[in-house]
Amino acid sequence: MLLIPCPWCGPRDESEFSYGGEAHIARPREPESLSDAEWADYQFMRTNPCGWHREQWLHAHGCRRWFNVERNTATYAIRAAYRLDEAPPHREDAL
Amino acid sequence: MNQPRRLEQGGLVDRERPVGFRFDGREMQGYAGDTLASALLANGVNVVNRSIKLHRPRGIVGHGAEEPNALLQIDRGAATLPDRRATQTELYEGLEARPAVGRPERDPAAAMGALSPFMPAGFYYKTFMSPRGWWERYEQVIRPAAGFGYAPDGPDPDIYDRRNAHCDVLVAGGGPAGLQAALSAARGGARVILADEQARFGGGLLASEARIDGGPALVWVDAMVAELAAMPEVTLLPRTAVFGNYDHGFVGLVERLGDHVPPQQRTGPRERYWRVRSRQLVIAAGAIERPIVFGNNDRPGIMMASAVTTYIRRYGVLPGRKAVVFTNNDSAYATVAALRAAGASVVVADAREEPGALAAAARQQGVDVRAGSAVLSAHGRKHVTAVTVGDLARHRHERLDCDLVAVSGGWNPAVHLHSHIRGPLRFDHDLAAPVPAPGPEHVRSAGACAGRFDLAEVLAAGAHAGAAAAGALGFEGAVAAVPDTQGADPVPGALRVLWRAPQPPEGKAPAFVDLQNDVKTSDLALAVREGYRSIEHVKRYSIMGFGTDQGRLGNIVGAGIVAELLGADLETVGTTTFRPAWTPVTYGALAGEELRELFQPVRNTPMHEWHVARGATFEDVGQWKRAWYYPRPGESMDDAVRRECLATQRGIGALDYSTLGKIDIQGPDAVTLLERVYTNNWQKLAVGRCRYGIMLDENGTPIDDGVTARLGEQHYLMYTTTGGAARVLAWLERWLQTEWPQLEVYLTSVTDHWATLSLAGPYSRDLVRDLGTDVDLDPQAFPFMSVREGHVAGIPARLQRSSFSGELTFEVSVPADYGLWLWEKAFELGEPYGITPYGTETMHVLRAEMGFIIVGQDTDGSVSPLDLGMHGLLSNRKDFLGKRSLARPDFQREDRPQFVGLQPEDPETIVPEGAQLVRNPDQTTPVPLEGWVTSSYYGARIGRSFALAMVNGGRERYGERLIAWDLDAGAIPVTVTAPSFYEPPQG
Amino acid sequence: MQRYSALNIARHAATGHRHWEPAWRQAAPRRRYRVLIVGGGGHGLASAYYLAREHGITDVAVLEKGWIGGGNTGRNTTIVRSNYLWSASAALYEQSMKLWEGLSADLNFNVMFSQRGVLNLGHTLQDMRDIRRRVNANRLNGIDGEVLDQAGVKKRVPFINTDPGIRFPVMGASWQPRAGIARHDAVAWGFARAADSLGVDVVENCEVTGIRRENGSVVGVDTSRGPIDADRVGVVVAGHAGVLAEMGGFRLPIESHPLQALVSEPIKPILDTVVMSNAIHVYVSQSDKGELVIGAGIDAYNGYGQRGSMQTIEHFLSALVELYPIFSRMRLLRHWGGIVDTCPDASPIIGKTPVKGLYFNCGWGTGGFKATPGSGWVFAHTLATGEPHPINEPFSLQRFETGALVDEHGAAAVAH
Repeated sequence: MLLIPCPWCGPRDESEFSYGGEAHIARPREPESLSDAEWADYQFMRTNPCGWHREQWLHAHGCRRWFNVERNTATYAIRAAYRLDEAPPHREDAL
Repeated sequence: MNQPRRLEQGGLVDRERPVGFRFDGREMQGYAGDTLASALLANGVNVVNRSIKLHRPRGIVGHGAEEPNALLQIDRGAATLPDRRATQTELYEGLEARPAVGRPERDPAAAMGALSPFMPAGFYYKTFMSPRGWWERYEQVIRPAAGFGYAPDGPDPDIYDRRNAHCDVLVAGGGPAGLQAALSAARGGARVILADEQARFGGGLLASEARIDGGPALVWVDAMVAELAAMPEVTLLPRTAVFGNYDHGFVGLVERLGDHVPPQQRTGPRERYWRVRSRQLVIAAGAIERPIVFGNNDRPGIMMASAVTTYIRRYGVLPGRKAVVFTNNDSAYATVAALRAAGASVVVADAREEPGALAAAARQQGVDVRAGSAVLSAHGRKHVTAVTVGDLARHRHERLDCDLVAVSGGWNPAVHLHSHIRGPLRFDHDLAAPVPAPGPEHVRSAGACAGRFDLAEVLAAGAHAGAAAAGALGFEGAVAAVPDTQGADPVPGALRVLWRAPQPPEGKAPAFVDLQNDVKTSDLALAVREGYRSIEHVKRYSIMGFGTDQGRLGNIVGAGIVAELLGADLETVGTTTFRPAWTPVTYGALAGEELRELFQPVRNTPMHEWHVARGATFEDVGQWKRAWYYPRPGESMDDAVRRECLATQRGIGALDYSTLGKIDIQGPDAVTLLERVYTNNWQKLAVGRCRYGIMLDENGTPIDDGVTARLGEQHYLMYTTTGGAARVLAWLERWLQTEWPQLEVYLTSVTDHWATLSLAGPYSRDLVRDLGTDVDLDPQAFPFMSVREGHVAGIPARLQRSSFSGELTFEVSVPADYGLWLWEKAFELGEPYGITPYGTETMHVLRAEMGFIIVGQDTDGSVSPLDLGMHGLLSNRKDFLGKRSLARPDFQREDRPQFVGLQPEDPETIVPEGAQLVRNPDQTTPVPLEGWVTSSYYGARIGRSFALAMVNGGRERYGERLIAWDLDAGAIPVTVTAPSFYEPPQG
Repeated sequence: MQRYSALNIARHAATGHRHWEPAWRQAAPRRRYRVLIVGGGGHGLASAYYLAREHGITDVAVLEKGWIGGGNTGRNTTIVRSNYLWSASAALYEQSMKLWEGLSADLNFNVMFSQRGVLNLGHTLQDMRDIRRRVNANRLNGIDGEVLDQAGVKKRVPFINTDPGIRFPVMGASWQPRAGIARHDAVAWGFARAADSLGVDVVENCEVTGIRRENGSVVGVDTSRGPIDADRVGVVVAGHAGVLAEMGGFRLPIESHPLQALVSEPIKPILDTVVMSNAIHVYVSQSDKGELVIGAGIDAYNGYGQRGSMQTIEHFLSALVELYPIFSRMRLLRHWGGIVDTCPDASPIIGKTPVKGLYFNCGWGTGGFKATPGSGWVFAHTLATGEPHPINEPFSLQRFETGALVDEHGAAAVAH
């Protein structure tokens, strides 16, 4: 049972949240200019690492705000939660 | 009544309070404070059960969660409890226990033992293979032999409670370390929960003759408990097992509230599931003594040494008068002392060549201590009558009469809770067992579960662990004083590793590693011989450790034996994973009260009671109860639906439309949001007009549809499907927050704010007029697909003209609290027009006659708007969610399933929904599938049956004859048509 | 290979079972093989077996990082069925079902395939429409199946709660009589033994740490026991496909999630079939040992933690007790998580990758166990010929670009 630190509400039980998958996958600005492969990459391909993972969560039964979390998918440790308008607190190579 | 093995005095039982119970049909008596196990032993019961595979007689071995044999069926009927460990069952008046595996004394299946040579480990993998397909027949014979108990025969009569709790420090285990830890943490100001699975705090001290601070240990325990109980931030939870340790400080506990009370006196919940979020965890779970394996080591009367001590000291029960103590370490000398104090004779077989000072002291008191010796085998069937004792060098052996064997092969620290959250383990060579290595920062093990056994050390370790836990949270540590101790029991020092005794002189005898599953050392040897070398393979092949005791006694011994067989060291062989639960947890407790109507919320509309009163049947749609149809006395569903359909065509049909999802959308960028999430254009929708839209996921699949009305310059009201409201709101919010934060749009769910009465039929305008309204109802002033705000019957109302049925329709929405009143008023004034309530079934028939889809019924995850023929709704001048996917090659295929209508050749035949469409069902399989039927009805307005379907390339196949095939209805000829059957009236 | 039979057990009993040979050799990896299979679970071992048996290719090694069958093969709830909706899926799972039906005899190893039938419950009118559609498709595809009403369900599971007042009433079910359960460990061991006897090396404790490529083609792998060359490499590592894909330099449309499973204390036989409820995601069968084996849905978030999550379990136990009130007093003995690789369309990927000579078989979600023999059979064909078999052709990685998904969520995933 995770304890997820909502950037607005503080740490709350997992049962209050819903999961949104991998973070920082921006929707392409002009989808119609993409090849089928590029569109598939946006839509389906995921890094799915065993280790640190940046992912989206929604405080569904709280402030109803989306935010990002850095969570380790092996240990489930959470080392950061940050707002959508904030940069990730750890560098890419630290993932 | 007679309790032949009860001592005259001693123990913590209350001899003033006898407790009557039954075992296997026999009336017996114990005392308050007994467990079922101690009472059975007091009554001289040797055989409590039969073993699962070989039906060998089995007795009580342990005194707690490690007990492998005494699994009994408690009480009867719906309240029965299967697989209960007698060692953990508190005795109560009227308790009824019986074994479920065979009969203890005369067991007809006892002959199974003779078949043992033909049932080595994994024998079933090697046989029962022929004739082909007969395995299920063999299973019919094999299965009834399995299982230690019977499921209840009715719904659970009890209720369960669930409680959330937060604490700074959770202490798991209320023995000396746990008490010290709790007090240290609490004195520092931390909020503390102290839980112990037993009825009474004290742990090992409950069976100890140690003195603490100059007095009996239990006086100290009581003082500690009293001090803790007086502290407001401390919660004491006896009878509470900490069963699982999970991520982020979440710990699961189950408190027993009812099982120790006679059934007729039970009130309230039976158990309570504590969901504890602890910032720090101190594990003080103790250790489990392990056996040494020898021939016929499963005979009743062969017990763990610590269990013998416990039965004598805590329960005043002497399990045997002529004892052999078999040990490889010092701790069993406590048992020697306890036995002697209780008047039993004792011979010690000590595996160590130089057993040390304790053995010397025992010898001085006249105990026959045989150094370098082992029990090689036991004799007797239903009770041990003698053992063969020999020296490990195998020079000499001797048969000794006895009626009790107390075994100690060392101790395994209870590392389970530490391991649940991947706490690392370290192999302790002195103990020959895994102990916790420093792991997650918030978890500390203290006392025996950390491999420390000396009482003074344990008391100190507990105090320090508690203070450190509190200190880590910033509470000023106040290490509890470490009291003086005297007379503590010997610790398991100077261990000589011995997993199994040498073979006895009389030849091989079965030597059991896992008593519950009848796994013998020969089974492990066979597994290794056959190449199952990983400990996980050995375990799975031999089923060692898969019982309800989870291998607490046997697994490490088994791993030790496997290490010997492989010529590897135990550390390399390793142990298997320790998985929750520490002790079994009642499903009902974990399910709590979230059952029946609380399983998921039930949502009713403001008019619900009216529908109930009118005899409506209901359909579950999402969380809503929707009226399905309103049968009159004597009417079938089909009769009712035809009547309701015709009423909307000829008079007025009234539908409770309140369940539709409603999202209020406001802000300068509201229209931009609609443009992006809907496939069609919204820029030109005028205030006061409404429009149908369909929204796709990024894969191009419809996820919801509905009508959206423009109420003001920057104000829209979006209708969603009944089941989709929450999902659509979340969908919009997600895009707005994660991708389009620059859009200024505000979303509010207003589904419950409004009650909606949908009036369909030629007289609906007349009825609205009769109800009284300030909205101009003239078709020119209020055309189709328009919305108006005003009053109806004096109530603020919104009127919308859209139609799901094709009939002239006015949807009247009023604040929810007025819904029932308006509904009743409409029925009062509508009577002259033949107003008739209709439900979702009629709604579906009417919409299907029009060819309108239901997302999720006529579509599934494979269907695109192109397949639905909705090309006109796909804007060319903008991007929208899912648009790019529609351009992929597979979505452009001409032969994809497309949305069509079907006419059965016989106009009275209704094709079952879910029928598959084929050209010829009588071909050999696999028959090529041409499509499937999504909706199918008798259309009262069109006077015939019809259906909607998906057909491969269907838009090019109008007029083609196909067969609708259903396994029950058979082959039904149909003709493909356009998906539109009803020509709506003008106006 | 020593033959397994009751007669041989009796013979060996006379010598105290001292002369049984290892079920498979403890093979050390050679420097080079024609085909390498990464992953010693059921699917990988089955692939090796069928490569040898069907295609005569025995210069094959199966590389397992731990002990064979230690991943999802040994952690699942062992359900076998083939009543899938889409013809592509039905062909794949029915091929598997046919192999299951002769598997014990083929392998001379009793995998205890118990065709006790599987019920898939329907709780809403739409569930029942979907069930009828699926069973009709099954029948026309040559797969057995029935649609049962509530009384039909009650007949097979008398203690199921059919109170109309419960939140998700039981309206009926689909029933596949040939479906059932099997003994999971036996599947790995049986395939390993049979493959070994045909000359395949089953290499345990050998972790692949890299996939070596030259000019866009695979040339071998690096392992914890040194590099190994190969012409073709097949990767079958449920739960870690994403990690291996990264070694190959590409990504997959896969997310790994823990699937929660649990068993009860063992009781006398009470449940003679397998009951699944897709709407409330709880499925239950009773093992031959008497334990109720319960599959309880997947954790919502990505994870590689092979451990239980109470968040998920609490919810599904409510569903269990709701459907089967007599189970309320029974107890959870042990619970754990298996890592499932889920694809967006809930169908597997079996075929080529962007790297020539490198093939993946992954993304089975919660449904991999039942496919074990069929998956191995089609993957063996793919590895032997370099091209997919017609049965696995629809399950290409390419489908995520063309849009030809095989959406086995069916209608259950969308609104109504």
